Amino acid sequence: MRATRLIKVALKSIVKNKMRTLLTMLGIIIGVGAVIVMVAIGEGAQSQIAAQIQNLGTNMLVITPGSSNAGGVSQGSGSFNRLKDTDADKIMAESAYVAGVSPVIFTRTQIVGGTGNWRSTIHGVTIDYPVIRNWELTSGRFFDASEQRTGKKVLVLGATIAENLFPNDDPVGQRVLVRNVPVEVIGVLAKKGQTPEGNDQDDVALAPYLTVQRRLSNFTFIRQILANTYSSNDIEKAQVELKAIMREAHGLAAWEPDDFEIKNQDQLSEAAQGTTEVMTMLLAAIASISLLVGGIGIMNIMLVSVTERTREIGIRMAIGARGSDVLTQFLIESIVMSIFGGALGVAIGIGGARILASFTGWSTAVSPEIIFIALAFSAAVGIFFGFYPARKAASLNPIDALRFE
Amino acid sequence: MQAVDAAVLVAAAVSDSNILGKHRLMSDTKPVVEVTGLRKTYVMGKTEVHALQGVDMTIRQGELVAIMGTSGSGKSTMMNIIGGLDYPSSGTYLLDGIEVNKLGKNELADIRNQKIGFVFQGFNLLARTSAVENVELPLLYDRTHKIKNHRQAAIDSLELVGLGDRTDHHPNELSGGQQQRVAIARALVTNPSLILADEPTGNLDSRTTVEVMQLFQELNKKGITIILVTHEDEVSRYAKRIVVLRDGRIIRDETQVPDSASDDIAKLILKQKREMETAPVSAE
Ligand SMILES: Nc1ncnc2c1ncn2[C@@H]1O[C@H](COP(=O)(O)OP(=O)(O)O)[C@@H](O)[C@H]1O
Ligand SMILES: [Mg+2]
Repeated sequence: MRATRLIKVALKSIVKNKMRTLLTMLGIIIGVGAVIVMVAIGEGAQSQIAAQIQNLGTNMLVITPGSSNAGGVSQGSGSFNRLKDTDADKIMAESAYVAGVSPVIFTRTQIVGGTGNWRSTIHGVTIDYPVIRNWELTSGRFFDASEQRTGKKVLVLGATIAENLFPNDDPVGQRVLVRNVPVEVIGVLAKKGQTPEGNDQDDVALAPYLTVQRRLSNFTFIRQILANTYSSNDIEKAQVELKAIMREAHGLAAWEPDDFEIKNQDQLSEAAQGTTEVMTMLLAAIASISLLVGGIGIMNIMLVSVTERTREIGIRMAIGARGSDVLTQFLIESIVMSIFGGALGVAIGIGGARILASFTGWSTAVSPEIIFIALAFSAAVGIFFGFYPARKAASLNPIDALRFE
Repeated sequence: MQAVDAAVLVAAAVSDSNILGKHRLMSDTKPVVEVTGLRKTYVMGKTEVHALQGVDMTIRQGELVAIMGTSGSGKSTMMNIIGGLDYPSSGTYLLDGIEVNKLGKNELADIRNQKIGFVFQGFNLLARTSAVENVELPLLYDRTHKIKNHRQAAIDSLELVGLGDRTDHHPNELSGGQQQRVAIARALVTNPSLILADEPTGNLDSRTTVEVMQLFQELNKKGITIILVTHEDEVSRYAKRIVVLRDGRIIRDETQVPDSASDDIAKLILKQKREMETAPVSAE
């Protein structure tokens, strides 16, 4: 009851001194606004990464050669290449959840043909690959099982290569040279865009992995094995199952650690978001400093305000306000101002994030959580930095306060 | 007893009957303020100022007392102690039988709120706050919640001081006399046992001074106990009792038949009228 009245008193005093109120709130407004914009940029980047990882494929699992721990010393990821095409065959033969499997081998090379030549990467894959990666063709066809089995010299071009080597006509049916070996282009892939790392996924050509292994390259490392499950519900079960199959395939004893890693897309995006998260936190921390400065601003102006209003405090005490009443009044004032400033800061932050996004093309995202956190933090700032001035007001001697000019 | 005070005020507000206090002997009523052996010593570094050096005084309900004395005689010190703003160095002070000098800070604040109404020389109204909001202010700190409708109580109180039509005016829109009336209304709103006024007319011209004294006399007739500090005979002549301080001691304490402020105002009005009537003649 008296609390609501005290809030009313505080609100009145805030409204009556608009200029002072605005100055008091300015620091909080800027601080919260800055935090919101920074976090919006960070979260925007993260959700973009998540979207890109989802774009990598559907219900996809990625097996990579794991780091081997020799005597507790990590040799680093992929220091031993322990993936074999027989692993992929075993998975396909034994797994209950996996719909398709494709080992992937890379070779970086020059492709000559059409209007000139283009340095790119050829991936050796299986016929399951376009399904796993959820990758369509805009022209021609993918290679078939017999072409895969025989290691036929056929190539499916990514959109970037097709645009650069054959800007004016359909590359399907044309011949290109890869390390002086003539290869026939049988299809063109749809555009897929960038990876979270900023690599162009379309600057790639696909061939049967046997073709790459035997005819186009002398490197035959299998860098990864991709697999997909029938349904998204199977992903975790498939992960467990694949782990067992892989351990058996590699003949690992029970005490030996895995020499491979299996990740699903969520785990991939978590990994990719890790660095961005650190960035976001760093940005937010820097912006928080301005919030701190805003809090000190509140304290500063509240202290001035207590001095200015010494007589008012004296009057209130003379007519029966207890020290705690005065303390509460000033504390409410600073809390209300900081929360209100925080709300304005949130509004400005959201607007600022939008404007920034439209100017730079970055994606930004403001989550309800961050709004809540910003407001709660503002209130905390109000309590923390309002307490000292409020206590100073409450400890005034009414006789001296009344005499104050 | 608070209920009785309230009833008196309300009855007075409704009709202007003043049955109370008119022909009553003061020694019959109960004491409101009882101070015995009151001393106050201010210590400033190595020097000590003995502002009060043993004051004994009893003020009963319905009194209208003027405390007088030269500057530095200890009037304000005494008012601060009686008003519960300060503690005596020694001696006892009973207010309505409560030993005020033994109370803690919070209880003292409650005593100021419930039992005392302050009127200051400089009015001490909150700026940018309407008259009615100023008058309501003490009720904000009323922990007994004896008054439910704050706004109505404030309006009643303003009507009692003749400002029922100025409730929404801000202090800067009111004359000095009107501001002091608002301050008096604020002092009355909690139905206190005692009104304390320190030089209430110090900032007012002589005409307004008489008007404010008329108000004090009216309120006193309704049974309200009033102590006012003044150094002007123009003010003290309206009091029923005069207490004179010198160097922190009472040197004189006597009752008197007060002049009537309303009679003086009537005389003033008559005089003004005459001047108005004669003025055009002398101008020709
Ligand atoms: N806060 C104080 N500190 C020190 N001395 C004071 C203080 N207040 C009053 N005095 C001294 O006490 C004496 C009485 O003062 P005061 O009660 O204000 O007198 P009055 O109101 O009659 O002018 C004076 O000598 C004054 O200087
Ligand atoms: Mg004085």
